Amino acid sequence: MRVLAFDTSSPVLTVAVADESRVLGEWTTNLNKNHSVTLMDGISALLDEIKTDPDQLTAIAVGQGPGSYTGVRIGVSTAKSMAWSLGIPVIGVSTLETIAMNAIGFGGLIVPLFDARRGQVYTGCWDSVEMTSLRSVLDERIILLRDWLPQVLEQAAGRPVLFLGDDVSLHRAVIEEMVGEQARFAPSGLNHPRAAQIAWLGMQKLEQADAPDTHAVNPEYLQVSEAEAKWLANQQK
Amino acid sequence: MNEKNATRYQQRILAHYEQHQQSDRPTLILGIETSCDETSASVIKDGRVILSNIIASQADIHKRFGGVVPEVASRRHVENITLTIEESLQEAGVTLDDISAIAVTYGPGLVGALLVGVAAAKAISYARGIPLIGVHHIAGHIYANRLVTEMEFPLISLVVSGGHTELVYMDQHGSFEILGETRDDAAGEAYDKVARALSLPYPGGPHIDRLAHEGTPNVPLPRVWLEPDSYDFSFSGLKSAVLNTLHNAEQRGERIEPANLAASFQASVVEVLVEKTIRAAKAKQARQILLAGGVAANKGLREALTARCEQEGLTLIIPPLSLCTDNAAMIAAAGYISYQQGRFASLDLNGVPGLSLTEPF
Repeated sequence: MRVLAFDTSSPVLTVAVADESRVLGEWTTNLNKNHSVTLMDGISALLDEIKTDPDQLTAIAVGQGPGSYTGVRIGVSTAKSMAWSLGIPVIGVSTLETIAMNAIGFGGLIVPLFDARRGQVYTGCWDSVEMTSLRSVLDERIILLRDWLPQVLEQAAGRPVLFLGDDVSLHRAVIEEMVGEQARFAPSGLNHPRAAQIAWLGMQKLEQADAPDTHAVNPEYLQVSEAEAKWLANQQK
Repeated sequence: MNEKNATRYQQRILAHYEQHQQSDRPTLILGIETSCDETSASVIKDGRVILSNIIASQADIHKRFGGVVPEVASRRHVENITLTIEESLQEAGVTLDDISAIAVTYGPGLVGALLVGVAAAKAISYARGIPLIGVHHIAGHIYANRLVTEMEFPLISLVVSGGHTELVYMDQHGSFEILGETRDDAAGEAYDKVARALSLPYPGGPHIDRLAHEGTPNVPLPRVWLEPDSYDFSFSGLKSAVLNTLHNAEQRGERIEPANLAASFQASVVEVLVEKTIRAAKAKQARQILLAGGVAANKGLREALTARCEQEGLTLIIPPLSLCTDNAAMIAAAGYISYQQGRFASLDLNGVPGLSLTEPF
């Protein structure tokens, strides 16, 4: 098994190749929003560096969001097109779970988040099953942070809660106010999605179930578009 | 390309190109188009023969919003893209092994929509080592004509669509000079706005065209010729005149027959488009006039242009309706020229919403 993994859902661009036992290479930047220009060259450079041609890949794993709509689409369109043209499986992985993986082994709840404007966040909640896997405690969603934190606290039942993600700094005051001494904040190296984690999560999924239909692998936006939401609201009037 | 510093991708592309050049197989271009609300993929043989042209239209989805919603369009493109490409290969009876190059629209258009096609094209190009070609959407509309009749130079192309109104001069393949363009609204845009004022459904063009044929052009409306030597267009004044006419009539408690107003509006648009095209064709001694773009489906425009070209002894080419609206066959046809010239895009190709026709990639 040789898996190419990448994610373009946030300002982070991350690409990795891994097999069952080790990560062969990983490349990550956290400043470039123009993933359309840089993603393919990034993949090409990494594969050249580890002397791998695309036809040696056996699967592709991609972060399917949530995050920037355009960013997620660049990653997912690239992943499903590559996988389809190579005749190999493509697996979508949650970008939030990918970040949560950075803190596997933490002895409390792990809450990664992306800012979604107007006090909202894209978020989810996991806890660790020792060092081997994560268990989802609350489903991923877009929600007002002030509505989210009480639910997390209830699940925490007194345990510490680790907040992950570069956008945590935007919301730190609210988190400290509402979570108090149970709140933990991570060193910066744990805050961004890493493609090596996507590769690992993708391989886990492939072990547990059949690969999904390539055509049906699509972004997880977690909300309908604004135009569709308005239209639906008008229909219900 | 310096062999030593070349990436594996560049080496693989070069090897693919040489192998296909040396073989006596036909040149097959896979075209991909996602610039607006149609997800389309097509396989074209030797630049002129359509083997397949799959179009997954979203028109029904956008109708309820009264126009194309970019975010909705982009989402549908991701869902449709690989399926549409697969269908285009299956219908053509070929596999990716047979494809000589992939041509993709990289502008102009809706950026989020363009990016899906561009990402898919680059991904397949990289994965399979197939050369990549970036195509200008309007160049595609012009080359739709080559799927019908061989082009003869010099030629003039009148490009009219929802987003474009341009007179383009070509003296050889792949070379475009813009003689004139709209200074405000595109012709198709004016159609949509007038249609809305007449309470016609979206998209308005076909409805105005139909209504115009039932009416008499007896409402006085301006023809905007601009400066005597100009090939530019302006339709916003005409649109305002239509709205004012409706408004004034309403205030006086009069009723204007919508069919007559549609006929008058269409007559004004068509007269200016046709006369400027004829003048350009004569001035440039064009051997052909090509009609291109979605508004080329307009019956009033086709009839008037056909009549005037006959009168002037000019050769007019109009693509069939199916090739006037957005489709990937025209993109592959335009991409074939770049293929013959060995002009390929690199993996940093981006979607460019305001791409200029005269800008080489």
